[in-house]
Amino acid sequence: MTRHDGPEDRWFDRDAGPVVRPYALTMGRTLPSGGESFDLIDVVVATSGRMPEHFRPGPEHRRLLSLCRRPTPIVDLTSEIDLPLGVVRVLLGDLISEGLVGVLATQKQPATDQRLLRMVLDGLESL
Amino acid sequence: MALNHSDGVPSTAKILISGGFGVGKTTLVGAISEIRPLRTEEPMSDRSVGIDDTRRVGAKTTTTVAMDFGRISFPSGLVLYLFGTPGQERFWFMWDELSIGAIGAVVLADTQRVADCFASIDYFEHHGMPFIVAVNCFDGAPRFDPDDIRIALSLGPGVPIVMCDARDRDSVKHVLVSLVRYVMSGSRRPDRMSLG
Repeated sequence: MTRHDGPEDRWFDRDAGPVVRPYALTMGRTLPSGGESFDLIDVVVATSGRMPEHFRPGPEHRRLLSLCRRPTPIVDLTSEIDLPLGVVRVLLGDLISEGLVGVLATQKQPATDQRLLRMVLDGLESL
Repeated sequence: MALNHSDGVPSTAKILISGGFGVGKTTLVGAISEIRPLRTEEPMSDRSVGIDDTRRVGAKTTTTVAMDFGRISFPSGLVLYLFGTPGQERFWFMWDELSIGAIGAVVLADTQRVADCFASIDYFEHHGMPFIVAVNCFDGAPRFDPDDIRIALSLGPGVPIVMCDARDRDSVKHVLVSLVRYVMSGSRRPDRMSLG
């Protein structure tokens, strides 16, 4: 991670971080506006809702919306859009508040979900 | 808005791969799945205070974690994710994030540095997360009897120990199958599963 090569840390290139700090994209917000908490493997999908007139989506909102036209797990969205998870959560929160995106919550106690476990086992054994 | 699972919507599941630094977590994940990058820049919340040493970072309120994860897509529509738990202590707050909703965990152990996986075992025991221990047997590394490893790790009699080669796909498959079978056998009490 960060190299310590003197009394002051010297950061070059990518180590120095992006030109626009990630949370500038969210106007400093670090939590989704609706108070949602998304699991990494929750699946999000764009609804057929129309863009509300009052909503001013940023380029990242639009990219997210475009990526989740197909139902997509949040971890894949985050990887694809190359923004930090916390930022993606805030932006998704905006899209959900505007009714543009829906979330399919995953099983929170999967260790007791025999159907899911059987799917995983069958899948692994077929590899 | 609530949606229902239906055609075209993937079912998702995740398994944690844990163990000491350099034990072969990334190798294991890469042996069986497609590796993808993930950036997280998380606000340091209350739960990280006391775990993260925040004294040295002053007013910094977010911390950046660059990590990889593995993904296996199955024809059934299931997508299985493998997350390696970050080894450094300052990223321990990520473990809760990664653990919630996980099927279980593989603790990868290196017999030459057994103590490196104590922290992982403690964490999963404390949170009631089902786990198995996979002993990564490198070429030429001394082989140990699983019973000796069980004693060295103070593991209960129910926790499976499997030998593996983290570079070998079939071996890793065997590890993951062993974990899922163990979880399905339900030898743990479900009321200990909550991470809250």
